[in-house]
Amino acid sequence: MTVLQALDIGLAALVLAVAGWTIVAREAFAAVVGYVAYGLLLSLVWVRLFAVDVALTEAAIGSGVTGVLLISAAARLRKTEAPATDERLGAPLRLLAGTVCAVVAAALAAVVLLMPDPGSTLAPEAAQHLAETGLGNPITAVLISYRAFDTMLEKVVLILAVIGVWSLAPDRYWGGAPGPQRVARHEGALAFLAQLLAPLGIVVGVHIFWVGADEPGGAFQGGAILAAMWMIVMMARLVEAPSISALWLRLTLVAGPVVFLAIGVLGFAVASGFLTYPTGFAKPLILFIEAFMTLSIAATLPMLVMGPPSRPPRP
Amino acid sequence: MSTAILAGLTGAALIGLGLYGLITHPHPLRKILAFNLLGSGVFLIFGIIARKGAAAGFAADPVPQAMVITGIVVAFSATALAVALLLRLVQETGRTTLRPDAPAKPPDAGADA
Repeated sequence: MTVLQALDIGLAALVLAVAGWTIVAREAFAAVVGYVAYGLLLSLVWVRLFAVDVALTEAAIGSGVTGVLLISAAARLRKTEAPATDERLGAPLRLLAGTVCAVVAAALAAVVLLMPDPGSTLAPEAAQHLAETGLGNPITAVLISYRAFDTMLEKVVLILAVIGVWSLAPDRYWGGAPGPQRVARHEGALAFLAQLLAPLGIVVGVHIFWVGADEPGGAFQGGAILAAMWMIVMMARLVEAPSISALWLRLTLVAGPVVFLAIGVLGFAVASGFLTYPTGFAKPLILFIEAFMTLSIAATLPMLVMGPPSRPPRP
Repeated sequence: MSTAILAGLTGAALIGLGLYGLITHPHPLRKILAFNLLGSGVFLIFGIIARKGAAAGFAADPVPQAMVITGIVVAFSATALAVALLLRLVQETGRTTLRPDAPAKPPDAGADA
């Protein structure tokens, strides 16, 4: 057994152990903290699968932003945990559920072991047309060019989620702002961290977006880092979340999909149809779309984490 | 055993664990957490499909990888909506139960919590 193999096995065992902890932990808060660690370990597994783009997304969104969302929810729900425990399933039902889940897992494991190697692949097609897009990163090419329709609809899903979250606001808070209020005096480690980290993080986020054309990275990963920076300054109470009726906020939220759709429709006139790019102009157009998508993601993720407005609008 | 197979088996086990948590935990936040665990297991199985599709000089097929990236973002938006619904439920009723016959607190007690 080589060192790498031993590392792989250790990593898989660690991932499963932490995943098990998030299920068996007594307190929701402890389980959620375990989930953040789990997400980071999982992104190491993605690196070992040579999927660095996925690893970046998992670390930033799957572990980081989801972690912030769940930790703040767990902290707010701490008091309600006790009444829920009296609804626990009885031992026979738990055993039955365990058996069913073990069968599902075993069936999937069998599928994994019986999968043909090499399997079916679209990699040659992706490689063949990569030069036409002018990009070096095939995953960005899949996201913004070959399967652009999926990515555009996904942006729409993000906006629908924001509308869904906002619509949960009580009537008297509609048009107000979510999240904590700004305080005049900043103290403590979080405020210091936010002041130190945010400028660096913004540079890193923009860089990850920009290199995404040729190297691992892109709009999702860069946007998620920018989103994290905005969240940390809001949580440190250095700035307040904007009120949900602010025009600039709404424009930023929809900028990504609107620009994507506009350039997609333009494809009818200047290229060969919806969401196609004219020859020679693919790369600038893709980067143009990605820039607005990065901006939209950086605004959407914090709005989803902050939740519905929690105070009435200012008169 | 190759790295990809090991990751695929890990994914299968994660799906089983997540499903178990989803069924057995009464607390909705734990159900949301377990559902995310299940989802990341599905993504890992996509990862092995990508790795087995290594061709044309790529270490892994880019198409399933792009789908996983899209999936992670969509999973996050669904989680955010679920958490917002749960917090609103607690605000209205003061309880986290999903049972339809649960006694609700008087509406004043839970509001603005």
